[in-house]
Amino acid sequence: MKIGTPKEISEREDRVAMTPASAKDLQKLGYECVIETGAGVAAGFSDQSYKDAGVEVVKTAAALYKAADIIAKVRPPEDAEIKRLREGQTLISFFYPAQNEKLMEAANKKGATVIAMDMVPRISRAQKMDALSSMANIAGYRAVIEAGNNFGRFFTGQVTAAGKVPPAKVLVVGAGVAGLAAIGTATSLGAITYAFDVRPEVAEQVESMGAEFVFLDFEEEQQDGSATGGYAAVSSPEFAAAQLAKFREIAPDMDIVITTALIPGRDAPELWTKDMVESMKPGSVIVDLAAERGGNCKLTVKDEKIVTDNGVTIVGYTDFPSRMAAQSSTLYATNIRHMMTDLTPEKDGTPNHNMEDDVIRGATATHKGEITFPPPPPKIAAIAAAPKKDKPKELTAEEKRAQEVAAFQKETKTQVGLLAVGAALVLGIGLIPGMPASFMQHFIVFVLSVFIGFQVIWNVAHSLHTPLMAVTNAISSIIILGALIQIGSTSALITILAALGIFMAAVNIFGGFLVTRRMLAMFQKS
Amino acid sequence: MENAFTIAAYVVAGILFILSLGGLSGQESAKRAVWYGIAGMALAVFATLVGPGSGLGLLSVVLIALGGMVGYQLATRVEMTQMPELVAIMHSLVGLAAVFVGFNADLMINDMAALYQANGQVLGAVGADGMTAIGLPKEAYEGLSAFGQLIAKKSSVEIGILRVELVLGIWIGAVTFTGSVIAYAKLAGNSSKLPFKVDTTAKKLPGGHLLNAAAAALSVVLLIAYLGGSGSWALVLLTLAGLFIGYHLIMGIGGADMPVVVSMLNSYSGWAAAAIGFSLGNDLLIVVGALVGSSGAILSYIMCKAMNRSFISVILGGFGGPQGEQMAVEGEQVAIDADGVATALNEADSVIIIPGYGMAVAQAQQAVSELVRKLRAQGKNVRFAIHPVAGRLPGHMNVLLAEAKVPYDIVMEMDEINDDFPDTDVAIVIGSNDIVNPAAQDDPNSPIAGMPVLECWKAKQVFVSKRGQGTGYSGIENPLFFKENTRMFYGDAKASLDTLLPKID
Repeated sequence: MKIGTPKEISEREDRVAMTPASAKDLQKLGYECVIETGAGVAAGFSDQSYKDAGVEVVKTAAALYKAADIIAKVRPPEDAEIKRLREGQTLISFFYPAQNEKLMEAANKKGATVIAMDMVPRISRAQKMDALSSMANIAGYRAVIEAGNNFGRFFTGQVTAAGKVPPAKVLVVGAGVAGLAAIGTATSLGAITYAFDVRPEVAEQVESMGAEFVFLDFEEEQQDGSATGGYAAVSSPEFAAAQLAKFREIAPDMDIVITTALIPGRDAPELWTKDMVESMKPGSVIVDLAAERGGNCKLTVKDEKIVTDNGVTIVGYTDFPSRMAAQSSTLYATNIRHMMTDLTPEKDGTPNHNMEDDVIRGATATHKGEITFPPPPPKIAAIAAAPKKDKPKELTAEEKRAQEVAAFQKETKTQVGLLAVGAALVLGIGLIPGMPASFMQHFIVFVLSVFIGFQVIWNVAHSLHTPLMAVTNAISSIIILGALIQIGSTSALITILAALGIFMAAVNIFGGFLVTRRMLAMFQKS
Repeated sequence: MENAFTIAAYVVAGILFILSLGGLSGQESAKRAVWYGIAGMALAVFATLVGPGSGLGLLSVVLIALGGMVGYQLATRVEMTQMPELVAIMHSLVGLAAVFVGFNADLMINDMAALYQANGQVLGAVGADGMTAIGLPKEAYEGLSAFGQLIAKKSSVEIGILRVELVLGIWIGAVTFTGSVIAYAKLAGNSSKLPFKVDTTAKKLPGGHLLNAAAAALSVVLLIAYLGGSGSWALVLLTLAGLFIGYHLIMGIGGADMPVVVSMLNSYSGWAAAAIGFSLGNDLLIVVGALVGSSGAILSYIMCKAMNRSFISVILGGFGGPQGEQMAVEGEQVAIDADGVATALNEADSVIIIPGYGMAVAQAQQAVSELVRKLRAQGKNVRFAIHPVAGRLPGHMNVLLAEAKVPYDIVMEMDEINDDFPDTDVAIVIGSNDIVNPAAQDDPNSPIAGMPVLECWKAKQVFVSKRGQGTGYSGIENPLFFKENTRMFYGDAKASLDTLLPKID
């Protein structure tokens, strides 16, 4: 079958869903690849480079839609593109089916299958095709770069001959993928970075990226982020108020604020109010990554950069990934390629649309003339639920003592029990009628030796178990004494057997002790 | 045969042996302890040689010297990775020697009986008090060897006990002999120098445990026949039964259980020596045999506890079948190359290395040591976590690491280090599998459920150096390899580490 990628219609879109590298991989899956002329130019991939990778280049979008059985693109299709779809064709792109219901219905009417890259469930197996994450990562990075572009100072603090430069303070609100990427970028540029998220469990991740987590003084039964597939959920009004108060408190100190807070399927929550913007220093920058959905700051203008009256720049771009088209196209094309790998388990160039598969089922919006959105919840929980933490009970002194006494009693019991059994055995043997005293004398020696053995061996260090075995092996050749006593016999057979015994035991004595010495000499202290 | 000097020497030797075992409680005192053992052995042999009753002294010395030469060759040539094989094959020698000595005792009893008959008396007949044996005429008695004299003095009851003892000695010796040979063949695998090859997996003849039980029952019958005066043929058959049990028992035990098997055979060789000591009336043999026997038994117990398995089930071979559906493993194994591992190691502050049998097989201990040296030179906290049953011999890993000059104070036991994994940046698993299997804790249906394991998956990142995607000796799927923070570093352990080493700076 053929996979085709058209040129993106949107003016603001520089990305392309297929790169020469991903095309080569797709061909390994058995697919043929087609691309519309000029589709990759904005991302830095020329038609020639596609041709070199074995991709057929067609002149028009119409021809492409005709030729391809599977259309892979970036942005949700526009009406003109929907019209070109035909029955049995598969469209893979960002789709946002929750917001674009009409679009979905139109595509369904055409009989096309739609796989929405934004609906890939967040389970570990699907990470490699999670385009939202790979794009968010780029957006987070780019947000810092954009902020730096509009910020008149260094990020890092410096003491130069020409004076001291304070480090920039960056606040990242929302520690999702984009937020974490922003934190990483900002800290590596040298800024002092703070971060906030409504999910306290991400504090560890935030700190691992080098930022300081802003904690609220707020007591509430915190929701477990794992219940919502790792995304944030709506917080209570009290919590929201506490959060705003905290932001208000730190706003005047912040040079750069990057907001990334989004709740799936809702408008962006307002986190950075007008009065906070007003309290910020002139020259500060706000980058609102939630501008697409109304913005975390109400002053944000979608797709534009504005400067407020008090000199704060607010960047409301929505096309951060597209601004790094080469990088984002590479990652997105790889996500698509992974999706195709999952769709083509046989590697025979025909997709097997397995609706039993959690990932494929989750991402499919329409299939075989039916709307399959919303998908049922995935069978596997995205993240293991955090175990409820029980505080270890503090033992009182009395309880401790009671425990010690119980342990002591138990020990005494087992020891006395063992002793009784052992003593009964020994006494029993002694009571056997006619048991000669000469035997009992040896028997005493035997029992005591076993006892000493048990006492001594328990103390042997774990790491010395191999030398212990070698030593015991060497000294078990004490059997040589028996052979030595017998060798002087008058019977030739006895002498021969005893001689063999002496020889073998001697091998053992020397071999065992030497190898033990060799081993022990190797143990060295640092 | 026993004069005062010999007995005194035996006492000293016995104390030296006890000190020698007790000294193994620490690495430094162990170096002294081994000399105690050597001194004890030298004293015991010397006292026996000069003591009464030993004839052919020169031949004995020559034989000891010959044996010593062979032993020297063995001990100096062996690679540290082959320690398990060496220990196993040496056990077989003790077992065989015990069989020979036991047979000699039987032959001697027969000789004595013949001698008595020649003098018109009956061996074991007792005097008027019912206890003291009626001795031979003085001139006949004095012409006997020391052991002969000992038997000549015995009453019939004592001779009966003597026979039980020597049968025990021969039988345990026979089991030890074939068992150790098979254990050697299994441990050595393809490098075995035996003329035959043995399958390293658990294998039983049809009939399984029944065959063992039948052989054991036969042994008891033969023992009764022998005591009843049937003669030496019963003893020969009994030895054959013992040889068969040793062979079949160890054949049925898989490679992963070898630590238990080797220490168990060690224990057997001790008990055999003790039984022979009883029949010869030699207290030093009894003392040392009991020491070795109990030491092996304790080691086996420790090993079994470390695997959360009962001693009986290991001895009888094989895992108990899984009780239910084992948990399916989710996710996939993600591979990583040397560059990725090197980057993570260069960034890490704390590293824990978990070596297993795979490290021994690949002879990678030197490379591991070099890696540790480099990492420590950068001021990183590098430690080793050793599971009690890692390798094929108790303490096997410690010896290998010591050989590679890894300082022993950074080599930790499981209990010492298990709590430190959550604070560790990188855990490297080199050639171990079951001992790091989280299924032991998570999956009650896993065959190794309940076995204490090293919780390396709690480290921030885990690298597993492994030859391929297969399961380990036990054939149990390991969910660790599928965890999100686990990366598989495929390839021969030594080759992998050699490519990794230059990248660490």
